Amino acid sequence: MELVLSLGIGVFVGSGIWLVLRPRTFQVIVGLCLLAYGINLFIFSMGRLRTGAAPIMPKGGFVNPDVYADPLSQALVLTAIVISFATTALFLVVMIASRGLTGTDHVDGKEREDP
Amino acid sequence: MMDALSPEHLIIAPILIPMVAGALMLLYDDRQRTAKLVISLLSAVALLIVAAELVARSKGSPLTGGNAIGIYLLGDWPTPMSIVLVLDRLSAMMVALVAMLAIPALIYSAAGWQRQGQHFHSLFQFLLMGLNGAFLTGDLFNLFVFFEVMLAASYGLLLHGSGGLRVRAGLHYIAINLMAAVLFLIGIAIVYGVTGTLNMADLATQIATLSPEDRPLIHLAAVVLGLAFLIKAGIWPLSFWLPTTYMAAAAPVAAMFAINTKLGIYVILRLSMLTFGATAGVSQGFGADVLIFAGMATIIFGMLGVLASQGLSRITAHLVLVSSGTVLAVTGFALAGGGTAMLSGALFYLISSTIATSALFLLAEPISREEGGIASLLALTADAYGTGVIEDGEIETGAGLIIPGTFTILAFSFIACVLLLAGLPPLSGFIGKFAMLSGGLNPAGLGRGEIGWPVWVFFGLILLSGFATLVALVRLGVQTFWAAGGTPPRMLAIEIAPVIALLGLTVWLTVQAHDVMRYTQATARALSIPSIYIEGVLAAPRVADQPEAIE
Repeated sequence: MELVLSLGIGVFVGSGIWLVLRPRTFQVIVGLCLLAYGINLFIFSMGRLRTGAAPIMPKGGFVNPDVYADPLSQALVLTAIVISFATTALFLVVMIASRGLTGTDHVDGKEREDP
Repeated sequence: MMDALSPEHLIIAPILIPMVAGALMLLYDDRQRTAKLVISLLSAVALLIVAAELVARSKGSPLTGGNAIGIYLLGDWPTPMSIVLVLDRLSAMMVALVAMLAIPALIYSAAGWQRQGQHFHSLFQFLLMGLNGAFLTGDLFNLFVFFEVMLAASYGLLLHGSGGLRVRAGLHYIAINLMAAVLFLIGIAIVYGVTGTLNMADLATQIATLSPEDRPLIHLAAVVLGLAFLIKAGIWPLSFWLPTTYMAAAAPVAAMFAINTKLGIYVILRLSMLTFGATAGVSQGFGADVLIFAGMATIIFGMLGVLASQGLSRITAHLVLVSSGTVLAVTGFALAGGGTAMLSGALFYLISSTIATSALFLLAEPISREEGGIASLLALTADAYGTGVIEDGEIETGAGLIIPGTFTILAFSFIACVLLLAGLPPLSGFIGKFAMLSGGLNPAGLGRGEIGWPVWVFFGLILLSGFATLVALVRLGVQTFWAAGGTPPRMLAIEIAPVIALLGLTVWLTVQAHDVMRYTQATARALSIPSIYIEGVLAAPRVADQPEAIE
């Protein structure tokens, strides 16, 4: 499981970085989304991997924390998802405005002169 | 306990006041600008009052050694577990600086900028909320959340007024900051994975006792986090987005953005002094060299930019970089064990230069109103919204008083800004630079200690950057005030009043330099002794554990 997860994070982040460095706004935004997915998985894995363990403990009495998954990293992921979702939506609006004002989807607002 | 209004709650007020004000204004129609302006100003004035009280409180009493760490436990959970707000001298100072910049920027916006787009005042309040929250939080993840609140509001404000240049600058600004947020999250995740805590004070206690396998990981986390903050602080080579962004922003927005870079610097200062300061064991001074040399490179880059730029707002944006670089380099020196005298001078310089750049951003727009750059930008704005800014300013509000002797007042304000930023006497810019130089020359009192060559290079750069600023601004002043023919620009009283208020503030800084310097000295001392902060946070008592006698 560790191998699959780390490979997954690596593929997400690698393709995200490649796309962010591309000159088209659409590629940049897809790249940022992929990066966000990779990072979310990474935060999740930092709470240590565990299969079949619930993150929420029952109330009262003695609770053995060893049989439960770390709830904090899951809460962090949730917050990070919400924030990255909102900023991506905002970026999309700016992207469309830029496309409308400049007539091109190049990140600099103009095509390069010499291809 | 009926202590809903007890004084401890004041610490959360700088976050709640703008949040409530901003949310309240969303309920009003966008045409009710006077109402919004009044709410906005009331909130900013309330912030200033709260900040003044917080500054007074952070000084503590002689009993507490002149450093009172104020703690606000959200939800009243015990400290390493809970989310905390922490008030110390540094954060109180920064919160006060936010409020001092907000009021003039808001007054200025009343002259016309507030009607160039929607929800200006709400976004402005959310920006203040994000800034204050980031300055007050004692927890890494909340720092991230407040950073994002601040950034989300700043995206909206940057695009305020629309137009091609702003949208293009906004696209770059947002992309860069989303990348910074990604780095920020990676850093937070590693810190959590290694130490199991996100509380800054708790983290600082664990640094010294980390196992040798974990230490490289925490250094890696520090590097990744540092990158995220240094992008915000505009350090070279991560600063290429900054000049265009600040130039494109509307004048009152740029005036407020002058403190955004200082947020990055604040976090670097806070976290590096706390985690890699005196108590860090093997890791002590980690990253100091990078800060010193990258800070100096930033000064050089900003200086060349100042000399090469034509428009005033572009020059000012590069001056922001010079100011960032100076404070970052001094942070590096302090981290490397350079003593507190230089750091206290740098804190004074930070206050003074932030106010001065903010005033210069407000001046830039009226001065170049008759010229090509900004005028065409305004024309674009006018196209997009079907209104002209200049015609727009005079009517309705009743504040359309056009001041006489425009050139005289503009020229005198301009000269004051030049003196401040070039670091010439008699204004506070000189005092800040002088304090840095004297602190660097006498790290341990007169005639003791050896001064390394990086310090000499840094001194050369400080003086040289002051000279470059002088040359560039004087050249621009000659062009604008002496060589320009024709009619002077029309200027409203509410456009020049904020500039004069900001400059008055620097005069006050100059007159009160003794008290302010004492404050920054104590701040620098407290920063160099991390245990003050750590013990202040970790020993915080819960409200539920305290005796009921307080009632």
